[in-house]
Order: sequence, then C-alpha cells, then structure tokens
Amino acid sequence: MTRKKKQRLTLIAVGGALLACVVALVAYALNDQLVYFYMPADIVEKNVQPGTRIRLGGLVEDGSVVRAENGVVSFVLADGTESIKVSYQGLLPDLFREGQGIVAEGTMQAGGAFVADSVLAKHDENYMPREMADALKEQGVWNDGKEVQ
Amino acid sequence: MGAFPAAELGHYALILALVISLVQSTLPMWGAHVGDERLMAIAPAASIAGLAYVGFAFAALTYAYVTSDFSVLNVWENSHSDKPMLFKVTGVWGNHEGSMLLWVLILALFGALVALFSRNLPDTLRARVLAVQGWIGASFLLFILMTSNPFARIENPPLEGRDLNPILQDIGLAIHPPMLYLGYVGFSISFAFAVAALIDGRIDAAWARWVRPWTLTAWMFLTAGIAMGSYWAYYELGWGGWWFWDPVENVSFMPWLAGTALLHSAIVMEKRGALKIWTILLAILAFSLSLLGTFIVRSGLLTSVHTFAADPDRGLFILLILMTFIGGSLILFAWRAPMMKQGGLFQPISREGALVFNNIFILFATAAVLLGTLYPIGLEALTDRKISVGPPYFNKTFAILMLPVLLAMPFGPMLAWKRADLAGVAQRLGVAMLVAIAGAAVAFALSGAGSPLPAIGIGLAVWLIIGALTDLAERIRLFRVPPGVSLSRLAGLPRAVFGGVLAHGGVGVMLIGIVSVTSFGTEDNVIMQPGGTIDYHGTLQFDGMVPRSGPNYREEIARFNWKAAPETEPVMLTPSRRFYTARQSSTTEAAIHNRGFSQIYLTIGESRDDGGLVVKAYYKPQVTLIWIGALIMAAGGLVSLTDRRLRIGAPKRARARSPEARQSA
Repeated sequence: MTRKKKQRLTLIAVGGALLACVVALVAYALNDQLVYFYMPADIVEKNVQPGTRIRLGGLVEDGSVVRAENGVVSFVLADGTESIKVSYQGLLPDLFREGQGIVAEGTMQAGGAFVADSVLAKHDENYMPREMADALKEQGVWNDGKEVQ
Repeated sequence: MGAFPAAELGHYALILALVISLVQSTLPMWGAHVGDERLMAIAPAASIAGLAYVGFAFAALTYAYVTSDFSVLNVWENSHSDKPMLFKVTGVWGNHEGSMLLWVLILALFGALVALFSRNLPDTLRARVLAVQGWIGASFLLFILMTSNPFARIENPPLEGRDLNPILQDIGLAIHPPMLYLGYVGFSISFAFAVAALIDGRIDAAWARWVRPWTLTAWMFLTAGIAMGSYWAYYELGWGGWWFWDPVENVSFMPWLAGTALLHSAIVMEKRGALKIWTILLAILAFSLSLLGTFIVRSGLLTSVHTFAADPDRGLFILLILMTFIGGSLILFAWRAPMMKQGGLFQPISREGALVFNNIFILFATAAVLLGTLYPIGLEALTDRKISVGPPYFNKTFAILMLPVLLAMPFGPMLAWKRADLAGVAQRLGVAMLVAIAGAAVAFALSGAGSPLPAIGIGLAVWLIIGALTDLAERIRLFRVPPGVSLSRLAGLPRAVFGGVLAHGGVGVMLIGIVSVTSFGTEDNVIMQPGGTIDYHGTLQFDGMVPRSGPNYREEIARFNWKAAPETEPVMLTPSRRFYTARQSSTTEAAIHNRGFSQIYLTIGESRDDGGLVVKAYYKPQVTLIWIGALIMAAGGLVSLTDRRLRIGAPKRARARSPEARQSA
C-alpha cells in the first residue's frame, strides 16, 4: 500500500466514524424536536397527551378573544367540529383577527386547554400558514376567492 | 397611459437576451472543442450584449413602476401611485417576476464581468466558462418568459394599483435582495469554472487562483446580504428575533456555508495543488444550494413573505432547471473527476489538514441544516403528515457541529503547510487561551453563576478574536523584534492575511453578540396607561398616542420617554402601528434605541378600551455585534479581494510557486 493510499484510507475511516456520530446526533435532535400540526378535532380524535408540544391550527372564533389585565390573551380555536381554548401571553401578530385562520405553537394542558408561546398569522392577505390553508380546504371552509389570488 | 411602449420593448429585449444566451451556450463550447478561435471569441461579446439586453428589460420594468403604469399587471399588483419613489423603484423586485428579473440581471452582470476582467484566462477555459454561464442564463430567461412574464398587460387598466406588501416597504428591500442575489448568483461563476474545468479535463493551481476572487466576491455579498436580511427581520417584524431558522433563512445560509468551505479549500488548491477534486465538488455544491434556495423560495413550496404568489407551473419549471444543473454537473463530475491528477501530499497536522477539518465540519453542519429544512417537506409529500422542525433542532445540531470548527479556527492559519508542529502553535496561542479562560470566568461571575453555557460562549468568542490577533502578531514578530521592524513587516504582509484575520475575528465578534442576546436578553409585557411610568433599565414613561398620516398609510404613534438615570436627557421612543389603506393591512413598527452595542426595543399592541396600551419591551445586550461581526467578516472578504496576488498573479499556469506565494495564505 502506498503512502497516498494509506492516507486516503485513514481519511475515509475517520470521516466515516465522524459521519456516524453526526447521523446519530441529527437523528436524536430531530426525534426530540419534531412538532406535529393538529386541528382541534385531531386533538380529540388522536388523544394528544398533555405536555406534548404541538402546533394547533384553527379559526379564531368570533367574540372569543379576551384580553386580561395581565396581558394574557385568550381565544378559542375552532375547526367546525371541535374547539379548544388557547391562552397566550404576548403581542399577537398584526394580522390576528377574529374569524381568521391562525396557527399557535405550544403545549396541551391537563384540563384540555392549550398554552401557546407563539402565534402565527398571515404575513399579508395572500399568506396563511400553509398547513392551515390545507386543513381548511379539506374541511370545505376555505374561502378561495378572498384568500388566495 | 402607455404612449411609450416600455413594457413591450422590455419583453422584446428579454426574448433577444434569450436568443443571445442560446448562442453563447453553444457556439463557444463547440469552438473550444474544435479549437476554433472565432467561435470562442463569440462568448465575451455575447456576454456583454446579454447584459445590455437584460439591463434594458430591467430598466423598462423600472420605468413602468416609476411612472405607475397600471396597465402592466405586475405594476398594478405591487405598486401604488402614492407610494414613495424609493419603494416604487425597489418594488420592481418586491414581487416574483421582478425578483427573477433581478436574478437574471445579476447573472448577466457577472457574465459580463468575467468577459471583461478575465482576459488572462486561456481562451478555451474562458469560452467554456461563459458558455456554462449562458446555459444558466438561457434556462432562467426561458423560465421568466414562459411562466413569469413581468411585462404582461391588463386589458382595461385600473386607475390605481394595489400597493406593495407593507412589510416590504422599507429601505431593507433596497439592500437585502440585491446583496443576497449578488452572493447567490455569484456562485454561478465558481460553478461555471468547475464545469468548464471538468469539460477541459485539466485543473491546476492557476485555476484556483482565477476562481478565488469570484468566490470571494460572492461570499462577501452573501455574508452582507444575509446579515442585512437578519437585521431587517429583526426591526421590521417586531418579534425582536434576529434568526428564526426559518426555511427561507436556511436556504440562504446553506450556500453561505458551502461557499465558506469552498473559499478555504480553494486556498489549499492554490497554494499546494491539493484537494482539486474536492474543490470542484464544493463549487458545484455551493451553486446547487443556491439553486435549491431559489427553487424552495420561488416555487411556493413554502409560504413566507418571500414567496409572493404560488404557482405550481413555476415550481415544476425551477425543479427541472435544478435537476438538470445539479444532476448534470454531478454526472459530469463522476465521469471526469477520476481522470484528474491529484497532487500535494500532507500530514494530518498541517495547514491543509486544518482546512480539511474545517471543510468536513462545515459540510456536516450544512447537511444538518439541509435535513432539518427538507425533512418536513419530504415527510409531507410522502406521508401527508405535517410537522415543523423548530429552532431547538438547529441550535442543537448546528452548535455542536460548529464547535470543533470554532475551537480549531485560531490554529488553522498558524499551522505550517504540509507538516506542522501542533505543540509549538499551541504554545504561541497560550496567551489567547489564557485570555479566553479569563473572559469565560468574568462572564460566569457576571452572569450570576447560573448555566455555564454563556460563559463558555464568551470564552470561545474571546478565543477567536485574540487567536486571530495572535496570528497577526506572530507574523510581524511583535515584541520579539524592534517595533519598527514589526511595523515594516506589517506593511509587507499580503492583504489576504488581513482579510483572514478580519473574517475570523468577525466570527468572534458575532459570537459575543449571539451569546449575550440569547443568554442575557430580556422581554417584558406590560400594560401602560398614558402618563404611566415603569422602571426599565432606567425609567420608561408612556406619554400617549398621536395619530399621523403617511403617504400611503395611517399611523398611530405611541410616544415614550426613556431615561437611563433621573438626571439624564430623555430619549424619545416612538413605536407605532401602521395601517396601509390600499392593502387593508397593518404593520407594527418597532422603536429602537442604541446604547453602546446594546438596544432597547419597543413594540406595541392594540390600545385597550380603558386607554391602556399593551407594550412589549425587549432589552438586547450587545445585539448589534451580531451584524457588526458579519460586516467585519464581509470586510475581511473585501480586503482579501484587494490582494495584489489575486489581481495580477493569475496568468502563468502551473509551477508558478514564487517565494511569496509559498510563504502564507
């Protein structure tokens, strides 16, 4: 074996070992950090456990938005069959409105309520979180002409 | 309206540009193959003509925007006669069609620059490089003409336009997209050089020297462009975040990572003639990731503020371009690369070894980002399950994979080529190590002895900065020879050395900002009544709301007074909410006050019925160092670019190993 070949083999061996470590790291982090998207009906149907981190999508029910003294906002997210009460501390996005489809990320609580730590609404009138738009389309409550050009 | 048919002329110019780029793609390539000089000479002329026609088309669209010609569909959809002139101009690329036109314009610009400034290239190589540029240009011109014509007219022109997305009505739109595209598209030159070299079947150190300035230019603009985008998102979105690991951010970051790896491996190739095949692969990879970014952002696969409007045909078309170029170049690579001569043996502990180390980990980090970005898309396509991969995934994998690179970074430039003395270098870095440990200890004490992570981060940042300076001090033999000698050595150092010191030090500066703001930043939600005061790094007083009307929006301004101490001059802070009438949409404008490198950042929510206002206050310690660090890195690129070795050193092929070139990077 020439010196060059030997060097190349060492390089491949070291690289391979490193690669295995990286794959393990990525698989571990990915497994740990995946956040699934659900609609309120899925939560009931799939029995999502309290404490699980999820993205919850739905339409903000008309008249359900309550702004408490301490800056906590609560509202109800509905999808036509089920609804879930969400509370969130912080500023809502500019395009958060009643009747609007939004996505909230956070955790389910034991009592069936949802505590969000971020709320995503549309960036502008052409944009809605895509999983939200798809889910609404499936349920037939998508207002096509108005929402998407 | 429409007395001067700018749109039609612009459209016609684009068609001509397509024809020219088709000529540029074929004849010079054939000429290089058969050795016909006249055919090869077509390439530079075609490149320059192509720039002229694309430039004309771009000017025509700009004219339509500036004159608010709403009979042009694109202008009607994205402009408004009341919009300030700056945003009328920047609005040209604030939409899908216009931004693709900007993409092609910058591609044509790079092509013409190669034609003008690479007269010292061998004719065949230059013809092939420009022909490959022609392929890319032709593909994207075809894409624009077939799916994204910016010049389409409306039958019955409306009187008023629909205005630009309010988030984009900002000076950031004037800087971020052009910078980013100069970076993205700039990698097309490295790609074209790589493909040309593969077709040529020959590659040597001179090739690396020709490619490096172009890669460096692209890298520099991409660095500045990403930093600018980050700062724009930070102040405009009102979330106070500077990086979200959002897919559109990731797709700009991946070419940057690959480009960084390419810059470093090209150094090895230029100085030592080693890593040739690897460098070619990286050049292909960097541009492939740029194309992937263009595809992901422009196809509507992801929705974001960058997407504008989704159209499946466009996605399919770009996917075809993507597969042709990435697939084609990789097949060419697999076929031709094994025929190339390898060169330059080196020990693992050497400058080359350090650069390989850097490359491996940077590419692993790129792969981790790529996986996190594509996994949700892939999973949804295959199983219909919707997931998102959040920042924690990226923070964890990226930070761990970059840690070895950061630890090793000060060593790299100080190791000798071929075979190095690691213990000796470690000894010379002793001072840097001590200062870093001291820095970490101070940070640990100041942070109230909580988690050790911020202290480690600060220590690492100090290590990078002092390490970079140590490299410089060693080169001028500071304190070991008389100061005058050191000074004259300093003057004699190649510019590239300063570039490297700046770039590496810039990473450290940026890291201080990142660690400070993530570990010590605060955010508070308070409800304030007019006249109310709270303690906030001093005192913050809410004076009340004032309405105002802008050119195309109405605004509710909240007036705040902030004082660091009772006796100091108050600073006025005015966050606001804007309502854009034409788009019927609102935005939040943050108010930012700089204190040294730190910032106080205020945004407001809706006013409550009792007159109270929801206020979100962020304290961002050392946050501006993040972008300052990035700009220092970009400045390093610029300084390195002015190195005379890059400007004049190219023409001689092969064995041109002058003492100067052997000496250093």
